[in-house]
Amino acid sequence: MVTFYSKQFSSRLLIGTALYPSPAIMLDAIRASGTEIVTVSLRRESAGGRVGNQFWELIRELDVTVLPNTAGCRSAREAVTTAQLARELFGTNWIKLEVIGDDETLQPDPVGLVEAASILIKDGFDVFPYCTEDLTVALRLRDLGAQVIMPWAAPIGSARGLTNRDALKLLRARLPDATLVVDAGLGAPSHAAEAMELGYDAVLLNTAIAKAADPVKMGQAFRLAVEAGRAAHEAGLMGARDFASPSSPVVGTPFWHAVS
Amino acid sequence: MRVTVNGEDTEVRARDLAGLLSEMEYAFTQLAIAVNYQVVPRARWAETSLNAGDQIEIITPRQGG
Repeated sequence: MVTFYSKQFSSRLLIGTALYPSPAIMLDAIRASGTEIVTVSLRRESAGGRVGNQFWELIRELDVTVLPNTAGCRSAREAVTTAQLARELFGTNWIKLEVIGDDETLQPDPVGLVEAASILIKDGFDVFPYCTEDLTVALRLRDLGAQVIMPWAAPIGSARGLTNRDALKLLRARLPDATLVVDAGLGAPSHAAEAMELGYDAVLLNTAIAKAADPVKMGQAFRLAVEAGRAAHEAGLMGARDFASPSSPVVGTPFWHAVS
Repeated sequence: MRVTVNGEDTEVRARDLAGLLSEMEYAFTQLAIAVNYQVVPRARWAETSLNAGDQIEIITPRQGG
């Protein structure tokens, strides 16, 4: 089981709800992934519009926990108000906190993120901060009271996998009690398995499933990869070596003879 | 009076938030509203007066990652 702010879940895979070919495929892919937590965003509703209603009815069919995000916010002020709107709309204190610092890479703005997290945690929110792999920022977020920290693997939607594996490993070592989630940049189930093998508590992704040729099958593939990676971590991976070490016994090898 | 609704300069007759929603034919479900970056809970929409120049954000759930 994995714990997010005192709530326990069996699935260690969190899935986004955007970019699917159709609403029906989204529902099937999310079900196939076994996820118990989905992310949603907040957007302006146009006059007379019913788009939000229709989408919300779909999400309610899934019977999953909703994690609203502040995607697209570019300042602490925007992110704080968006989080408060999310609390009003969804009746949850949970917020995936995104403050974007650069439009091309969608890299989190660490200054705005820490500022917004500080305000929201004092306001009673359970913050899921989307951050880079920077250790100091993660430590600051933890010290503010964030129990969950979500470093990126690579830029959102880039499918590049764990581009800074050593830093992610260091975060796990330095934050042994935090719930750590690799969020963004995963392109293949093997990337998710690698994050789980490093000891991450969960992974969060969207595009890799939604943009697969068969999102439903890919949802299942990520479920299996996350389970495999977690099991491998629990089993304890052997260390890498520079040279061969025979797996078959040496003693009793046919035609073996001592070299003088 | 002129206010900004979702980033658009808008002329409205309504004097309060609930009136603005009716005037602009919004559904009253699955919406959250902020006026000048302050969230206005649903229970206070009818009693929240509008002032010229207010920045109003009318927000709804949407797909997200």
